[in-house]
Amino acid sequence: MKNMYEENTLRFDRELCTDCGMCIRVCPHEVFAHHNGEVRLANRSDCMECGACQMNCPFDAVTVDSGVGCAAAMMYQAVTKKKQPSCG
Amino acid sequence: MNETPRIKQATSDVTFRDRWINVMAHLGINRNEYKVDPGLYALGSPDQDSPVLVTANYSPSFRALRTALKGIHGYALVLDTKGINVWCAAGKGKFGTDELVLRIEQANLGEIIKHRRLILPQLGAPGVAAHEVKKRTRFKVDYGPVRAADLPQYLATGEATAEMRRVGFPLKQRLEIVPVEIVNTLIFTIVLGLPLYFAGGVLATLAALAAVFAGNVLFPPLLPWLPTSNFSTKGFFLGALVALPFAVMASLGYHGGATWQRAGWALAHLLFMPPVTAFLSLNYTGSTTFTSWSGVKREIFAYVPVMAWMFAAGLLLMVALAVAHAMGA
Repeated sequence: MKNMYEENTLRFDRELCTDCGMCIRVCPHEVFAHHNGEVRLANRSDCMECGACQMNCPFDAVTVDSGVGCAAAMMYQAVTKKKQPSCG
Repeated sequence: MNETPRIKQATSDVTFRDRWINVMAHLGINRNEYKVDPGLYALGSPDQDSPVLVTANYSPSFRALRTALKGIHGYALVLDTKGINVWCAAGKGKFGTDELVLRIEQANLGEIIKHRRLILPQLGAPGVAAHEVKKRTRFKVDYGPVRAADLPQYLATGEATAEMRRVGFPLKQRLEIVPVEIVNTLIFTIVLGLPLYFAGGVLATLAALAAVFAGNVLFPPLLPWLPTSNFSTKGFFLGALVALPFAVMASLGYHGGATWQRAGWALAHLLFMPPVTAFLSLNYTGSTTFTSWSGVKREIFAYVPVMAWMFAAGLLLMVALAVAHAMGA
């Protein structure tokens, strides 16, 4: 059976990265890691698309289509045609 | 009008109101009422060199901060997140760059402290661009630990360990959401269970309750051990397990009738119960700390139609059997 969480929208551009390590500090799931002084995408499939890395990368080296991973909010949004899914 | 706004004094104690809000929050009652006045607060007796910690105006968030810092002198800058916790508010941009910049200016922070450093909770990062704040206010944003309880160690060492930066989803947290889910699905449960009584009797109503119970109460603790990776399929599996005894009861002749009718009743339970549990399980993605937006979307497209068809087929079968029974078959 296909794991729907294996793939995600996180993209990392090594060319633009300056190894400042900001993404490592803000990620709650250790998706990025230092490897011989270089920032690497270590656990890409653990990304939950919260958007913290993209938001705090001063060099636009990280992009991710961030959003709230909540089925109820997304289905509610689809039904009511609201712009952004949210709780309550 | 350029006077320095009053700095409010915060207590580091757990108050009666804190406890009351804690109970209500766990039941999901009045959840838009747990607010704190935004602005600058003194924790202990801070001076111009004391650390400044930023948080949301969700009462339990502020409580976690001020109680964790008992005995430490500092400032708390409370952002107006409309009473939403740091992580959820950051995801929607309410705990965000603009709001932070506004509060720094309104509190006249540059005049109150000598240093130019702010400590933000790590989970505020989805809403705040640290480099942007620096550009606009000259204040440097440092992301502290995920949990306020780790703040004393972070302040002492100036560093958050990998463990302090990691977000898990331990059993205690998974269970904390259970009462809220029960309250939130109460009407759904009644709307589902009551009419079923008229089609399939007490057994069908109990089956509906069991399917909801499985999704709301059994699913959260069992989450890591249920087979497959997707929430819907985990829920289908759990729902099928819970449906089995009901199918057995029906096949043993609970509703009476010939063999084909007993088999029909059993099948109806196996059809309508698992999708109910699966649907609630899929909705649990909103409570987890790790499901991605695009993954949940793929799940919805793949499994919600299956849930709808199974559920409808089960109910139709049950109604058909009840009608056949009423007509004397």
